[in-house]
Amino acid sequence: MSDLKIFNGGQKSTWCPGCGDFGILAALKQALAGLDLHPHEVLLVSGIGCGSKLPHYMKANGYNSIHGRALPVAQGIKLANHDLKVIAVTGDGDGYGIGQGHFVHAMRRNADITHIVENNQVYGLTKGQYSPTSERGYISSFSPEGAIEFAINPIALALSAGATFIARASAADPKHMNAVLQAAITHRGYSIVDCLQPCVTYNKLNTYDWYRQRSYKVEEEPDYDRTNRDHVWAKAQEWGDRIPIGILYEDTERPFRSWRTRGPFLSAETCSS
Amino acid sequence: MAETINSFQVRLGGEAGQGVESGGAGFARAVMRAGLHCFGLQDYMSRIRGGHNFYQIRVDEAPLYTFDDTLHLLLAFNTETVDLHWHDLTEGGGILHDTAVKVPDGELGEKGVRDFSMPLTKIAEQEGGHKIMMNTAAIGAMAGLTSFPFESIADVIESNFKRKGADTVKNNLRVAEVAYRDAQEQYGSDFPWKLSAVPGAPKRMMMNGNQAIAMGALAAGCKFISTYPMTPASTITEWLAAHAARFGIVQKQTEDEIAAILMAVGAAHAGVRAMTASSGGGFCLMVETLGLAAMTETPLVIAEVQRSGPSTGLPTRTEQSDLEFVLYASHGEFPRIVIAPGTIEQCFEAGHRAFNLADKYQTPVIILSDLYLSNAIRTVEMEAIDFSQVTIDRGELLDYAALDQITEGYVRHRPTESGVSPRAIPGHPNAVYITTGDEHTAVGHNTEESDDRIEQMDKRMRKQERAAQEMRLPVWYGPDTADVTLVGWGGTYGALREATDLLNAQGVSSNFLQFVDIFPLDEDRITAELGKITRMIVVEQNFTGQLAHVLRGLTGRKADLRVNKYDGRPISPDEVVAAVLDRSTSGGTVRISGSQSGEGTHV
Repeated sequence: MSDLKIFNGGQKSTWCPGCGDFGILAALKQALAGLDLHPHEVLLVSGIGCGSKLPHYMKANGYNSIHGRALPVAQGIKLANHDLKVIAVTGDGDGYGIGQGHFVHAMRRNADITHIVENNQVYGLTKGQYSPTSERGYISSFSPEGAIEFAINPIALALSAGATFIARASAADPKHMNAVLQAAITHRGYSIVDCLQPCVTYNKLNTYDWYRQRSYKVEEEPDYDRTNRDHVWAKAQEWGDRIPIGILYEDTERPFRSWRTRGPFLSAETCSS
Repeated sequence: MAETINSFQVRLGGEAGQGVESGGAGFARAVMRAGLHCFGLQDYMSRIRGGHNFYQIRVDEAPLYTFDDTLHLLLAFNTETVDLHWHDLTEGGGILHDTAVKVPDGELGEKGVRDFSMPLTKIAEQEGGHKIMMNTAAIGAMAGLTSFPFESIADVIESNFKRKGADTVKNNLRVAEVAYRDAQEQYGSDFPWKLSAVPGAPKRMMMNGNQAIAMGALAAGCKFISTYPMTPASTITEWLAAHAARFGIVQKQTEDEIAAILMAVGAAHAGVRAMTASSGGGFCLMVETLGLAAMTETPLVIAEVQRSGPSTGLPTRTEQSDLEFVLYASHGEFPRIVIAPGTIEQCFEAGHRAFNLADKYQTPVIILSDLYLSNAIRTVEMEAIDFSQVTIDRGELLDYAALDQITEGYVRHRPTESGVSPRAIPGHPNAVYITTGDEHTAVGHNTEESDDRIEQMDKRMRKQERAAQEMRLPVWYGPDTADVTLVGWGGTYGALREATDLLNAQGVSSNFLQFVDIFPLDEDRITAELGKITRMIVVEQNFTGQLAHVLRGLTGRKADLRVNKYDGRPISPDEVVAAVLDRSTSGGTVRISGSQSGEGTHV
């Protein structure tokens, strides 16, 4: 385990006091330290949105790209240098809305990256419009009569698109999130962690209390088999009164090998030649 | 009619799937191996089977850069080919075809065009055992008609069919031989255009522009190409994909062009030489990331192979209508470099030079090509593609060995006099850094401060000012001074070069100015070059005259005449000459109508 403090640094945050992103940032730093990683071994790729500012608020390599586009950049970096731990950080609009085409294809490629989705079910930075994960009927400046679309189910989507590691964590429980993130980063292949978090300014519905009252850990369910796709599919449908968090799906059979043999291994030595 | 040796042009036409492409390519290879120069133009439709396709091959002892409008032989695989093309035949020329193909007997005689009807399918069936060898019979007959040495045809048949077994080789050879003999005996004396091998000619290669760009990229050490399929850019990826395993290149097909350019940006950021390629429609999708690459100072090479637009346009037809688009694509202002090769040799050079420029200025470099240049084949000298002459200059790149020596904190976007900041390969403990598409401070963090903005904006734009000094002047062809100067860029090179020769031969003193380096250009130096021109005629394959517009914007010099063609068909030297002679003094714009597919009206 490396010293947590080596990941401290960067800019002063512009997040609102109480933002769920603080919990995610703290959990990520703990996870990286817990895995004995160092800032130079990690490259965080983000898109645009409140959450995508995260790489600026800690010490590690970062590439803060454009809205919706973190995943292809992350895959390009990983393909060019397999030695780097590449972690994509996006919001829900970023990852599930504008970037959904890339999301689906990154999963079917089983790219060896970790994708953290800071899912607060709202567009915060643009001042409160509804997001792909906002509840149907969500009232916002762009949906004054309520959003007519159904919310995306990221867990079901990830399962059907071929993700080999699917997890959900809650910013209301950073300790649990730390454990989930460590498993995700260790997984060889594409891993997604859907991080539930409140937007304290714009989302008055999905608050810390709302999440705390509903979420439960699948690890505590003795009969739940996270390698059984039928179990996972059923679990993916749960939302509302009970929200499962934890490692929902893991496939260690299919991963990564196909991804790795797709192209030759390029290392830092190749980079500099 | 007196015989003409080694100056010959044939058009092969038929449906997709009838062997037009393979027959044409085989014949071209045979004449190349016989020591002749060859230029081949493919014309195809946006469909897999059926439709009308043709392949035109011009042969000469001297190097060729273009087709022209003098057609000697039409090899018609179907009646449609006859109807569409026979009017283009020169007097004394002929139509070689299977007996099943209909020709307009009476009209041919009036125009002095010969009918070389032969039982090609029957020869294929009887001698080879299958009608599929009809195109072999046709190539054999064409060689017989032109008295081209049979060994050269046999040589190509052997190498083409070797993989399919000895029987296939034997059968095809017998078909070709019988067709050769019959054509020579029956029609040889009626056809005055003959081909003979050039003894002692150097060995040459044949390739198209896209292959040359791909080879240039390989020579430059490109290790990563991510693309989405799109005509006519795909053959760049296909060539690199075919050689990826051998040379250690990562080749990825992505979900769309947005991902294609982003992955290349990621790979380039990680430190490898990376590129993407597309046509105008795909480049449209890449535009947002173009700005990201420039803002994060990521070296990136993009090959934009133009086709007719807007929208889906004419997907398999040529055009030069993306020049102003690539110059200004993406919001905001940032440095970029655009080079537009016009020959195979220039494509190869652009393919490797683009990577050096991208690394040197840490910004995107666009190779702007066009469909015609991308798939027209030409014989080139072996030394034209010389990997040993390629230098790799990675610019101010800090690899891990260099980073070991760093003592002070690393500042990714440190303001420098040149505007270029040493770029660290991420992954080293001495250079942990972030960069972003937001305006940033020198260390790469987001900023909205006025001072930071001005510092970083000035720094980036200094790179463009500097690049403008390094970019090469346009290339002159022909006499130093002339009454008429043709000005062009890209795939029209061959037509303009040959038109210059034709005009001079006709007593119109002419030369040709070709722009390869097209952005950024130095205002004073280009003004001086254009000052050498008496009558400036800008010839382009677009409607609006984009180069003419760019040059006027840069220098104030207005073109005396603009010649534009936008029907998707490549411009011929004859069309250029006709336009120049027709408007020998007046100004304005000549829009060329008609094409080489039969309508044939100039100006």
